[in-house]
Amino acid sequence: MHAYTGNVLHVDLTKQTTQVGHLEPEFLKKYLGGVGLATRLVYDNTPAGCDPLGPENVLVFACSAFAGTPIPVGTKHGVAAKSPLTGLIGDSLSGSHFSEMLRRAGWDALVLKGKAPRWTVLFIDDDRVTFLDASRYLGRGAVEVQSDIREQIGDENVRVSAIGPAGENLVRFASIDNDGRQVGRTGNGAVMGSKRLKAIAIRGTKPITVADPAGLMQEGLKLIKTSQGPGTLKYRSLGTPSNVLNMNAIGVLPTRNFSETTFEHADTISGEYLRDHFRVKAVACSGCSIACEQWGVVREGKYKGAKIGLDYEPLFAVGSNCGIGDLPAIIKLVQMADDLGMDGMSAGVVISWAMECYERGLLTKEDFDGLEPNFGNDDAAVALMEKIAHRDGIGDLLAEGTKRASEKLGKGSEHFAMHSKGLELPGYDPRSLKTTAAGYAVGTRGACHNRSLAYELDIKGVFDRFSAGPGRGPKMVQNENFACVLDCLVLCKFLRNCFDDFDTDVARIYTMTTGIDLTPEELAAVGERVCNLKKAFNIREGWTRADDTLPPRILEDPIPDGPSKGYFVSREELALLIDDYYQARGWTEEGLIPRDKLIELGLADIAEEIGVDAVPAAVIVKEG
Amino acid sequence: MTQSAFQHIVCDPDLCTGCRICEYVCSATKNGAMDANLSRIRVVRIEPVTMIAISCRMCADAPCVVACPREALKQNPDTGVIEMDANKCDGCGWCVEACEFGAIVLNPASKKAEMCDLCGKEEDGPQCVKFCPKEALSLATPEVLRQKARREVVKRLFDELLAP
Repeated sequence: MHAYTGNVLHVDLTKQTTQVGHLEPEFLKKYLGGVGLATRLVYDNTPAGCDPLGPENVLVFACSAFAGTPIPVGTKHGVAAKSPLTGLIGDSLSGSHFSEMLRRAGWDALVLKGKAPRWTVLFIDDDRVTFLDASRYLGRGAVEVQSDIREQIGDENVRVSAIGPAGENLVRFASIDNDGRQVGRTGNGAVMGSKRLKAIAIRGTKPITVADPAGLMQEGLKLIKTSQGPGTLKYRSLGTPSNVLNMNAIGVLPTRNFSETTFEHADTISGEYLRDHFRVKAVACSGCSIACEQWGVVREGKYKGAKIGLDYEPLFAVGSNCGIGDLPAIIKLVQMADDLGMDGMSAGVVISWAMECYERGLLTKEDFDGLEPNFGNDDAAVALMEKIAHRDGIGDLLAEGTKRASEKLGKGSEHFAMHSKGLELPGYDPRSLKTTAAGYAVGTRGACHNRSLAYELDIKGVFDRFSAGPGRGPKMVQNENFACVLDCLVLCKFLRNCFDDFDTDVARIYTMTTGIDLTPEELAAVGERVCNLKKAFNIREGWTRADDTLPPRILEDPIPDGPSKGYFVSREELALLIDDYYQARGWTEEGLIPRDKLIELGLADIAEEIGVDAVPAAVIVKEG
Repeated sequence: MTQSAFQHIVCDPDLCTGCRICEYVCSATKNGAMDANLSRIRVVRIEPVTMIAISCRMCADAPCVVACPREALKQNPDTGVIEMDANKCDGCGWCVEACEFGAIVLNPASKKAEMCDLCGKEEDGPQCVKFCPKEALSLATPEVLRQKARREVVKRLFDELLAP
């Protein structure tokens, strides 16, 4: 076996002990790495019903199969835990150098459990693990603290994943930062904080070998060249901020807490405006040939000196969604979210919820300690970012996430609490993207465009995006499975259009890398297996069909403006789409997984615990 | 150290994205495995947007050659490449200390000094240049770089003059 080490490092932070687990090739082939491997290790190492912020929850980091090889855009890692935001599986991805370092230290995955007796930096120096005192780093930013830890250890080759004040203060959507890239969604930074773990520093000195070096170099070179072509043009030219004008034009750009879908200042927060006025250069993650991250620097005005690699999702969340039409303010806010160590998407959406509460008089100036957070008030947004990260004043409520905050406040604020299962919605208003709406609703980690990829079906016109029709299940399942395979390998989704035949090409590359035989069919099957495994985890945690839903605003309020005016997702439409999706998955009407299905997917070991009686065969619609 | 007249790997910091594919490729080519610590080209990233790849610059009167106490290093008079005699090198590391660019690797396995040889054994030349996704790396002499800079500045001048 090559590339993989076959070893998992288990760290018990309470006892300050370590254990080595072993992974067989057959097991690795079933989960590949990244999200798949991390999810399986969470499933196996947590008791049902555990407190996400308690010592029994585990936080798992898992490498990409391609980490540190010349296969481009494949050096990423997956992180999973039971999410403190959703209470369900919380899986998230990040790029950059951490995955390569973990692998080179000799580990395919890292499983952290327990709670350290004092704040700790975990230093993994190949096989040696030490628990360093982190007290000097407390309160420090997630990004800035990394170079100090490197300096303390005295080696620039050390790579660090760290949390910021938000993670320390258990903000439920806290992130984990490595080299300026984030494990962003579902609050894994809070899980890390709950373990009193400020940072993980890794020094790996072992070489990565591959099964067919010459062949893999050829494949790598081909992909590097292809990835400079039309399949990645969007990401290389303007990066994901190019979405701003496109989404505005079709009336899906979330504006003022999803109350509207077009933004009057879209021009001045667009990717084009960023390029023309603030962009310095595009930067790549480790091993990435695309380089999508568009770094913008503010050179004058009150946000002078602010700088960040800007992506569409945090941009929309703190921008149009908070009514803020000023890129310098957005650059500042996203930089703050990154360094304070919290998901810019969830932070933006919870702030926009607070702004709407203020405008409606549900929260007052007094509640905000004198701030007047009308939509568009960037000073207030900046102040709220700090308050959330430190749980100061109203920040303590907002740090709970939109779901809990709205439930606690009540007064009808749940109507416009823009989350599904607790995870704040991404930057595509689903009311005129009906397949996307269903994709958000059924998502195992909550509302997520990246896990479902259903927006491609709407935006590319595979289905009529304005209406909900029958028969969409198989395509939804196909896209979700495909996204899942990418998340397990890990290959970045931005490379997805660079293959002639994805399953064939990638199965071949996987075998050249690892030496493990894998057919295209076996590769594709991983997607379905891991989607079901994530679902199984959720079922174990008490998920029911009622959880697969969308905010009342999406289900009741017609869009008031723009090209999508008048559209909303009725409960009947959503039920139809979800029924279709469950059928295509081979699940019961209640969304539960038949025992036979789990066995068929190679998940026999959990079939008794999770599985239910089979669905009558006639009801199942097979994928066409 | 004197400015080299020899061609060496040059990195354009405006084009370098910090991806480190050059490191993977160098170590794969030279050592048969991916090990950035053994790569003879390293990417240095100080600020998020400040980065450049550095390898042997084929200095004239190369300090590493002068520093070697065992005369294990000599500079090829035609190519400028520093050549290490494995029978003489004992891995003392003085050359590493003498190099102002941190371009010499002390391989812990072989205990020998290793540096960029422009992939002399590869038919299609330096592999880092071949794989660099953004064409940030090139093989050039300082004179070629000066010519390029001069051409660009003059072109800009004329573009401005001829602009409508």
